[in-house]
Amino acid sequence: MSGHRPRTMFEKIWDQHLVVETDTQCLLYIDLHLVHEVTSPQAFENLRLSGRRVRRPELTFATMDHNVPTDNPFDVRDPIARTQIQTLADNCRTFGIELADLESPDQGIVHIIGPELGLTLPGKTIVCGDSHTSTHGAFGALAFGIGTSEVEHVLATQCLWQTRPKTLKVEITGTRRPGVTAKDVILGLIARYGVGFGTGYVMEYAGEVVRGMTMEERMTLCNMSIEAGARAGLVAPDETTFEYLRGRRFAPKGADFERCVAEWRAIVSDEGAVYDKMVVFDVTDLEPQVTWGTNPGMSVNVSGTVPDPASFDNPVQRRAAEQALAYMGLEPGTKITEIPVQHVFIGSCTNARIEDLRQAARVVRGRRVAPGVRALVVPGSKRVKEQAEREGLRDIFVAAGFEWREPGCSMCLAMNPDFVPPGERCASTSNRNFEGRQGRGARTHLVSPMMAAAAAIAGHFIDVRELLRDDDTERGAEHGTAHSA
Amino acid sequence: MQPFRRHTGLVAPLDRVNVDTDQMIPKQFCKLLTREGYGRFLFYDWRYLPGEKPNPEFELNQPRYQGASILLTRANFGCGSSREHAPWGVADYGFRVLIAPSFADIFYNNCFKNGLLPITLPDEQVDELFRRTYAHEGYRLTVDLEQQTIADEQGLVLTFEIDPFRKYCLLNGLDDIGLTLQHEDKIRAFEEKHPVTPVQYDEVDMWSPERAAD
Repeated sequence: MSGHRPRTMFEKIWDQHLVVETDTQCLLYIDLHLVHEVTSPQAFENLRLSGRRVRRPELTFATMDHNVPTDNPFDVRDPIARTQIQTLADNCRTFGIELADLESPDQGIVHIIGPELGLTLPGKTIVCGDSHTSTHGAFGALAFGIGTSEVEHVLATQCLWQTRPKTLKVEITGTRRPGVTAKDVILGLIARYGVGFGTGYVMEYAGEVVRGMTMEERMTLCNMSIEAGARAGLVAPDETTFEYLRGRRFAPKGADFERCVAEWRAIVSDEGAVYDKMVVFDVTDLEPQVTWGTNPGMSVNVSGTVPDPASFDNPVQRRAAEQALAYMGLEPGTKITEIPVQHVFIGSCTNARIEDLRQAARVVRGRRVAPGVRALVVPGSKRVKEQAEREGLRDIFVAAGFEWREPGCSMCLAMNPDFVPPGERCASTSNRNFEGRQGRGARTHLVSPMMAAAAAIAGHFIDVRELLRDDDTERGAEHGTAHSA
Repeated sequence: MQPFRRHTGLVAPLDRVNVDTDQMIPKQFCKLLTREGYGRFLFYDWRYLPGEKPNPEFELNQPRYQGASILLTRANFGCGSSREHAPWGVADYGFRVLIAPSFADIFYNNCFKNGLLPITLPDEQVDELFRRTYAHEGYRLTVDLEQQTIADEQGLVLTFEIDPFRKYCLLNGLDDIGLTLQHEDKIRAFEEKHPVTPVQYDEVDMWSPERAAD
């Protein structure tokens, strides 16, 4: 009987949401539709033109993040950005959609507030007009980014046509050394297997390393699944997940919560479930990562050097490496730790959660930002910001010479006033080092929050473990390893 | 949506791997409220020198590729951001067909919503098309969606795979919302057996009476 065939978590969630299935296409039901200002206006406009309504406004939640200035969110000087923000507010009012606007205590980067408010729950299907929707997979939700036409489709029908993706199990094994974060794990994984290795797949992250990760770390991991080309990333929900969700605003409460936990436990992959592809990634020898090129797969250990394009066998890859080095203004063989930075950005849907800020603050405490470096901390949401302020993290950053900003996407994509000038380098905790991503001609190096903090202090890349070792010598064993529990 | 049946056009090469959607339409042009007019911004940073002067170094600016409607490129085309502004730009520039060894998922889906046909071919065939495009000025291809063939004027004929549902929609220029709503009864039946908690502030309070006890 097919019902007894062991299934993966992906298959279970997918099958639970199938409305119609044809030979090659599936009409999937969507449980949560997250909306932001940049990829939605054309969708709402088309709905209006075709006289359609939003089918399930109560399953749709909106916020403003991409365009928001992080010095003063209420002073949007760019008139086009202002119109886009206002348009979202108007659309939400017209169509009856809940909106965490700039005045709301819940406002923040859409992929940070979803989990924080308990909108994101295991077993849900979640979409958003944003590729980093893969973040929500950390909870065992099937979550993926869609284009504006699909946003319109979900608004109108609460469903989406999809081809069934293949499944890829990524087993992460070994022992992480101190100072090696989830960011380093995902950068290392993409460097090993390439930026296209997940194309057509939903990736499930498993293994003891993933089980030992906090929710914040799992979100960082899943967030960058799209940088490997995967449609979505998944982590099986467990006690860590349930603890995180308990008491969140939109999460079920009391007896309902316990009933849901029982359901959520049942969606994990069955013993013996078959995946289309499996890889095992051992992180024991992994060091903190720094990208040297113009895609997230171009990263090396911090003790490494900028590679020589001649070392690539494939001519297309070789040319890509040459173009990347020309854009980045780097010579082959340069030690990573000799690359200076002028900007440091700690923020984005990848690394702007409370734990990211705690880790960065631990490195920064009692130190000063190097002369000539402009360093920004942009909390991922109002709640993260408030919590960081309560914990004294703001004071640590400000005392060190960091700017402490209001929540938003900020310098990750520079659609707002935060950007990196041409030719200058940024150590960034964001997810993309594409040409021009942080500003035309800007040179982005992707790193973890701790590595970004260390670069801000040193004025160049440095192995954060050197700073942590100094701390441990000074402070004794008080703070333990770089991992938080 | 404009139907796609058969198209003959000039081929332009973009010999780069992993071309991302940030590169197609940089973020400063994603703030508009319309779907039109993005062709001017396509590949902006590569295409223009400061002051919007065409960059003579950029492949698509060469006189021989003006008026091209078929873009030949490399693997993982369209990776990165989900912005549909990218295929809006590609289509508005004048392209109707994209040929590459692979496409990123979201971009690939977005193409079909905008009357663009993305064709995946094996590396060797893409290499051969690059050779022919460089070798023959004015190199043209005829793409027949019905037959799933690509042909040049020297007798080369290649076949390609495409999902039948996508092919049907593209051939007929179908708006798939209309198509989906034909399944209204099934959607409604699904909703009845699949309750989802509303994500609205007043609803969440109503919905969880135990909340006061928490």
